[in-house]
Amino acid sequence: MSTAAGNEGRHPLFMPLILVGGLIFGFGLGYSHMARPEVVLDFLQFEDFGLLFVMFGGAAVTGLAYIVVPRLFDRAPLTGDGFGRRLKSFDRNVLIGGGIFGVGWGLSGICPGAGYASLGVGNFPILWAIGGMFIGAYAQGVWRSRSAQSDAAPASAD
Amino acid sequence: MVADLLVLQTVAELFPNGISRYAIGGLFVGLGAAAIYAGTAINAGASTFLESTLSYVSDRSRFARYAGSRDWRLVFTLGIILGAAVYAVVFQGGAWTTDVAPWRLLLGGIFVGVGTRIGKGCTSGHGVCGVGSASKTSIAGVLAFLLTAIITAQVVAALGVTP
Repeated sequence: MSTAAGNEGRHPLFMPLILVGGLIFGFGLGYSHMARPEVVLDFLQFEDFGLLFVMFGGAAVTGLAYIVVPRLFDRAPLTGDGFGRRLKSFDRNVLIGGGIFGVGWGLSGICPGAGYASLGVGNFPILWAIGGMFIGAYAQGVWRSRSAQSDAAPASAD
Repeated sequence: MVADLLVLQTVAELFPNGISRYAIGGLFVGLGAAAIYAGTAINAGASTFLESTLSYVSDRSRFARYAGSRDWRLVFTLGIILGAAVYAVVFQGGAWTTDVAPWRLLLGGIFVGVGTRIGKGCTSGHGVCGVGSASKTSIAGVLAFLLTAIITAQVVAALGVTP
């Protein structure tokens, strides 16, 4: 378990950096109009392909960070953790879950990060979607806890 | 000359609102994630917030394992809301509200909540951080959700639901 996951002895600048990083992230979602479901739906209906620049523009910047940052620091200054890329194991759940997420994204035009940002641009009806996301995550968690119990798996799930 | 005009016309059709707002916005999204990564080595994602926040109200193991990160995930989400509010005040000139029907938002949100948790990520975790990591898992996840999202949106539009 990384030190960042616990809250013992955190660096005093840890929370401020998370807040500032979130601010920049959320400003970008507002500026790019991703906080507007209509713009996402326009992309999915092939009427405006701008969303590709948001996702791959963002990925280009993080990709650069993954190359440059580990050369600047041995360990993260605020947590002492080693730098790793975001690599998760592949199994069929990635495709099944991704497919289900896509149905929701195509129906509503909103994803989690853009949903929070949408609240920030004053779009209060987005609370329907955020409420739905909590319901979905809760239902999935309850279902997963039950299936884990019936499998009687001794170790943690992942 | 004629070819140049054709290219310009095609670009205008593919990007009726230009590309600068998308490219600049995307750079900020990436910068926010990169700043957090540089200081903390955390790969920020937005959807784990759902489960980590549920750990405040539920003791289930599925949520409790995120209890250690729930406070900073809450701060990250607050930052996203505030950052978007800064955009709204400075550039948007006030609040903006969607015309997408509430049933679409609610039902779509439920699918998003289930799917991102089964699929280990969303558009920020898989799309921005995972693709930036050149993770094959994330690229497969992105292709999966792009495909079903395009089909769903096109079918819903074809059924005459607007918006």
